[in-house]
Formats: sequence, structure tokens, C-alpha cells
Amino acid sequence: MTVLFIVLPLAVLLSLLAALAFVWATRCGQFDDLDTPAVRLLCDDLGERPRSPSQHPSRSPP
Amino acid sequence: MIPALSSRPVPTFPSARDELACTHCGLPVPAAAREGAEPCFCCSACELAYGIIHGAGLGAYYERRDRVIGAAETAARATGKSYAEYDDAAFLTRYVTVSGPDRRIELFLEGIHCTACVWLVERLPRLLPGVRSASLELGRSALEVVFDAESVAPSAIARALDTLGYAPHPSAATQREGERRAERALWVRLGVAGALAGNVMLMALALYSGAAEDAPYAALFRWGSLLLTAPSVFFCGSVFLRGGWAALRTRVPHMDLPISIGILAGFAQSAYNTLFGRGDVYFDSLAVLIFLLLVGRWLQQRHHQRAQGALDLIAALSPATARLVEGEARRDVPASAVREGELVEVRVDERLPVDGIVVEGRSSIDAAWLTGESLPEDVKPGDRVYAGTSNREKTLLVRAESPVTGSRLARLLESVERAQARRAPIVRLADRVAGVFVVVVLALAAVTFGVWSFIDRARALDHAVALLVVTCPCALGMATPLAVSAALKRAARAGIFFKGGEFLEALARPGTIAFDKTGTLTEGRLALVSFEGDPSVKALVSAAESRSGHPIGRALVAAFGATPGLAVESVSEVPGLGLTARVSGHPVRVGSSEHVGGAGVRASFPWREALAHAAELGHPAVAVAVDGEVRAVAAFSDPLRTDTRASLDALRGAGYSVAVLSGDQSRVVDTVAERLGPLLEARGGMLPEQKQAWIERAGERGPIVMVGDGVNDAAAMAAADVAIAVHGGAEASLGASDVFMTAPGVGKVLEAVVGARRTLAVIRRGIVFSLAYNVLGVALCMGGWISPLFAALLMPLSSLTVVTQALRARTFDAPRRMP
Repeated sequence: MTVLFIVLPLAVLLSLLAALAFVWATRCGQFDDLDTPAVRLLCDDLGERPRSPSQHPSRSPP
Repeated sequence: MIPALSSRPVPTFPSARDELACTHCGLPVPAAAREGAEPCFCCSACELAYGIIHGAGLGAYYERRDRVIGAAETAARATGKSYAEYDDAAFLTRYVTVSGPDRRIELFLEGIHCTACVWLVERLPRLLPGVRSASLELGRSALEVVFDAESVAPSAIARALDTLGYAPHPSAATQREGERRAERALWVRLGVAGALAGNVMLMALALYSGAAEDAPYAALFRWGSLLLTAPSVFFCGSVFLRGGWAALRTRVPHMDLPISIGILAGFAQSAYNTLFGRGDVYFDSLAVLIFLLLVGRWLQQRHHQRAQGALDLIAALSPATARLVEGEARRDVPASAVREGELVEVRVDERLPVDGIVVEGRSSIDAAWLTGESLPEDVKPGDRVYAGTSNREKTLLVRAESPVTGSRLARLLESVERAQARRAPIVRLADRVAGVFVVVVLALAAVTFGVWSFIDRARALDHAVALLVVTCPCALGMATPLAVSAALKRAARAGIFFKGGEFLEALARPGTIAFDKTGTLTEGRLALVSFEGDPSVKALVSAAESRSGHPIGRALVAAFGATPGLAVESVSEVPGLGLTARVSGHPVRVGSSEHVGGAGVRASFPWREALAHAAELGHPAVAVAVDGEVRAVAAFSDPLRTDTRASLDALRGAGYSVAVLSGDQSRVVDTVAERLGPLLEARGGMLPEQKQAWIERAGERGPIVMVGDGVNDAAAMAAADVAIAVHGGAEASLGASDVFMTAPGVGKVLEAVVGARRTLAVIRRGIVFSLAYNVLGVALCMGGWISPLFAALLMPLSSLTVVTQALRARTFDAPRRMP
């Protein structure tokens, strides 16, 4: 059971590392916007290939 | 009529027959512009936007948008401004940040609705070479653009966004920086508190299970818990300690006070017991308590951020530049540089930079946001015009009467700020309960200590502290934030956005609801109400008006239907007077008596009397002359929405009194008021300042809610307890509003009131639940039967009940029934 004197601080150290990682992620802005990334995901997998402009010859930009 | 300051479209006109919607923005296409098959457009700006989107291979936007929102109804329209001020040196230093070769700017966009908008806007780099990246934050409609200053100008970026229909406004990012820091700080606290609570609980498990009976191990776990709980209390929990201290100092009851007392008492005793190796410790309860409370706090804050920063939009209403007239030359100067007496030129669809007098030109001015008048106002030399209103038809020369800072717009903005600053904060139900709670708990703790001093002196302090820990109002502290945040989420799904939970509580108290007439009670458009004279001219009138964008022209075409068979040969419109056209060889004149009744006009019926009668009713009217003979008179009005009366009756049934404050002419308001049922007051012709004064007076008598849709209401809205902005109004009215609705009409207001009352019922239930648990805990403590294990079980159990009932309550999505 004396191993507890080593394991317990070790476990605390591990969770300290996790907490630090969390703080780092927060500082990087990972949690700043919780709405848009979910929406962006829906957008990206839909038809991304460019269409040929000739499909709309009369509506081409100036 | 159409909000001048907003590129949001008005809802499509349902009554019009044979209506074609613009492929880009969904507004009705004028009859004359119809070419048959899709795509068809309401204006050249929409056609241009469509061309750009397709040219860049982004045509999928339309499919995507139609899939998301059902029909092409909510895309926005371009304003066509030049955005020249975006290249000004002063602008660059204020809004653009530099990092290496890249420049960064944050813009608020109008008209952001759905995923399709995110998709389109974030493809800006493909539309505009030189833009490195564009990322949109949907919740705030804020776009961050990173661009290369060498190859693209800020004004080009603004123009590109504008062409797509998202009118940009620069955002002063510094204020946002502060908010973001606060947000991130709360995140860090939350994360750290969670990690600490998890570890402390594990150690507590060892203590409770008896695995650490032996002295050295028990001491290890207790000291470990102490070391981990200390940062939880003094770092993560410092928000509550500070709040509690503030409550004590200002003597305003607040939830944080009982929380702080519980936390500090529990921690002090547990630390003392650890130090001397005796008695019980409550570290696990404390750590979990702090974590759960922070979760509640975080949920609460998350919903507060929506629609904030919109006050910046109001400031963006007055144009940043003015076109100064110097002899024949024109020079663009910052609007603030215009001095009294100088001449400025205002072109069509531009906003006036200053208050002044028209010197040259006839046109009509859309002043809907300032006066609430729904129709554009005709102006001629000698008339006074105001900054922020927009010029509709012809170029005007205006002599400035005061510098920008002295304009009516500037004064209005000042009064909004003053009214907001003066507004008393709403004391929440939970805080009021907390005030009583503190007194009762402290009294009970004193009694417990006193009684146990006689029975068992050694245990007296233990029991008193156990009582403080057990009654620490975790459930109470979570009940309100959770119920509120669940309700806000449901409300948002129903299209009602609250800026804060306190407005739910304020809205649930019966009081006075004041409506601004334009656009809230009525449809915000003109419809034909009477037609006198020869019905055979209808087809000619409809053909002549088919090219007109004027509200009256649209109403006539909508009422009489399209007439494809008739050849329209020439059309000319005189601003403020009427229209002259030649249809199938017949000269047709539609307009005021001045326009129609020139020399030698004949008439087949008393048309001047008919016009006068319509004017008495407050209905705008026009006369129609064909072949030089007046043949008919048509009168119009802004029809009530179909659900207005029923919704008002429901509100009155629930104990609210209803008032109408409008900037429209008194006669118009009187005509509408007759159909609304019993009103507290119906007044027309009110200036923004008068509305504000009315609201302030009414506010002294009881809770007051103001429903408005324009900046003209902003000051009155800021003075009200709850300000509701409805869709279709200027985006800028968001700045002064507490509640924003995505659908127009009184029906939504009723829905908000019903939902708010249901939410308050849920909050009350949550408070009763958590108090019941506390009574149980107090009974056990006073009897001396409580142990730390029992406290650790009781607390999450009570929280769980409260959380479940708060999250499961149907607040905004059930059928409307007044609770």
C-alpha cells in the first residue's frame, strides 16, 4: 500500500497535465465559437467542384 | 414601408396573384421585368450578385439555401454603396489590424441567416483574389477577413460582400477583446474545477469505502483532498466569493452570498480537521459544488452573448463620408468635417450625412426609422431633412444646419445610451429567495450550535457547519440558470432570441405592452381598400404601373393582376406626384389631384370628393385619368395582420394592457385602433422623444414592454423594462432590444409571453424542490444525524432532480396556452 505515496501524486500530476492542455486549448480560441464549426462541417462535403461558367453565359460577371 | 436602413427583405407579398420571386433575393419581380423562365430578378443588383456567384462556380449556394430554409425567401439585397470610406487612413487605423504582410478586419454582416450564408461568405477568397481567408461566426454575424493589403482594398471587400447581399459594418474589435477574455477565463475555471472535482471525488471514495482506514493513508487522502480543493475554492470559486462579498457590501440580496458562506464554512472546518487529524471533511462536496455551479454560470453567460455588439450598428447608420459641393466640383470628406452652412450633395439611395435644408432638387426621403412614417416623404427646396434618412428618387443639394454631432440622429443615440444607463437592473427571483435564505440558514445554524452546546459541547460546531454545507444552495443556484438556458434554447428554436434570462422573468409579469404600429400590428405594405369609378380602367392602370417600384404601384398591380396583353409605350414618374404612361395608345395618368387634374381635365364623377374622403380616413389615395378624363379613384391602407386581434385579446385576457404609440399620422392610427379592441391608449404622430417620455411615465406605474421595429423606437425601447424588436425592422433596433423575433407580428409576442410565463413556473418549481431538499438536510443536521457521506449524496441528488425538471419542461414549443 505504500505505493500510494508515489501513485497518488503521479495521478494528480497527470490530471494537472490534462488541465494544462485544456487551458492551452482555451487560450488558442478552441472554445470561442461553438456554433459555426458544426455548421461548417455540413457545408464542406457538398458539391465543391467548380461549375463551368458557360452554363450561364448571359449571367457571367462583368 | 421597406425599411430603408436594412437590406433584410420585407416578407413576400402573399396576396399578389401570379407572383414571381427573384431567384436571388426572393422579393417579387416587377411585372415588366419578367422574362418567363427562371432565373429572373427583381433588380439589376440581384442579377449581378447571381452572375458573380455562378461565375465563381458557387451556384450550389442556391440549392443549399433552398434546402435549408425551404424556399428562396430570405436572401438579402445589395445596397450598392461605394464603401469609399473603408480606404480612408483614419478608418484603417481604427478598424484594421496589421500582422506582417496581412491585414485583418472584423465586419458585422447584415442578413446572415443559415448555413448557406456561412458557406457562401467563407468562399470570399475565391470571389476576390487577395483575400486570404474569411471566417464567419454565426452567432454574432461577425466575419473575420484576412487580406493582402497590396492586392485588394478594404473597400473592394466591402463592396463584394455588399453585392452578395450582406451589407458590412466595421466592428470595433477592442470591446469584443475584453468580452472574449472574460469568456475564456470562465472556460479555464470550468475546466480546472472539473479536473479537481474528479480527483477529489476519487480520494473521497477511498475515504468513504474505508480502504484508507490506517492512519498514514487516511492522512494522505485528506491532505491530498485539501491541496486539490484549495485551488478549486480560491481560484475557480473566486467568482462566487467575490459576488458574495459584493452582495454583502452593497446589501443587495444575491445568490452568491449563501453559496459563499457554505463554501467558506465547509472549507475552513475541513481544513482545520485535516490539520489536527480529527472530525469530518467535506472536500468532495465542495469541489463538486463549485464545478456544478460554474456549469450553471457558464450556461447563463453563453446565452447573453447573442445579438450583442449590435449597438455598433446604430452608429454605422450615419454615413461616414459626405460629398461636399465646392462650385462645380464635388469632394468626398469625412462627415464629421462638414460645417454649418456648407452644401452637400446626396445621390439616390444614399443616406444623408447631416441635418439640413434642401436647396435644390425634388425627391422623396425614407425617414421610416426616425419618424415611423411608413411612406417615403416628398421633399422640395426649403424642406428640412435629417441625417441617417435615405434619399429615394433624385439627387438633392442640402445645406447643413448643424455639424454631425448636433444632428437628431446623434441626439437620439445619446438618449438611448442615457436611458440604458438609467435602467434599474431586474432583481431575479432566485436572488430575492437567496436574501431570505441567508437569514434563515444563519439563524438555524445559530440555533443548532446553541442547542448542541448544552447536549454535546464538542459536537456543536461540527453540526452547525454541517448544516451550512448541506444547505449550501447548489440546487437553488443551478435551478434558475438551467431552466433559463433551456428555455432560451427552446425560444431560439421558435425564432425568439432573448438577450438575457432576466427578461424572461420581466416579461412574465403582467403590465403594459406598447406597440409601435408600423410593421408590428400591420403588414407594413399598402393594399387597395377601395376603388371608385370606371372598372374598365383597371387593366390600363395595372399595365402602366407594372414597371413602378412605388408602394402604390405595387399595390395596384397586386390588386388588378398582370396584364401581359397591353403594350406600355412610355412611362415617366414625377417624384411625389404620380406617373404618366401611354398604354395601347391611351395616355394614362395616375397620381395626386395636382398631377391628374391639370388644365382642361374632364371628369365623369365627383373625384375630388372621393380623394378628400379617403384623406379623412387617413388612407393615401390616387386618381386615374385616361384620355384626359378622370375615371377612377383608388384608396389604400396598410392592412392589419390576420392574427393581430386574436393575439391582443389573449394578451388582455392574461392581464396585460395594450397601447399603441405610432409615428404615423393620427388619423391612420385611429382607423387602425378601431379594429384592435380596448386599448389603454392609441396615439399617432409621436416623435421618438415623446415615445420615450410616455414609456418612462408608464414605467412608474408598473412593468412596461415596448415592441418596436425601427431606430425611431430605440430610445423608447431602451427606457422600457423589456424591449422587443421584430423582424423586418432595421437591424439597428437590435441594439436597444432585449428580445428579438425572427418572424413579424403580434403572434410571436404572445408566444414569447406564454413561454416566459411557463419558464417562470419551471423556475419556481425548481426553487421549491431545492428548498424541500434543504429542509430535509436541515432536519437531519439539527438532529445530529448527518455525516459527510450523507451530505455528498444529498447534494447531487437534489441537483439531479432540479436539472431534470428544468431540462424536460416544455416552455416554448408547446401549443400556446396561457399558464
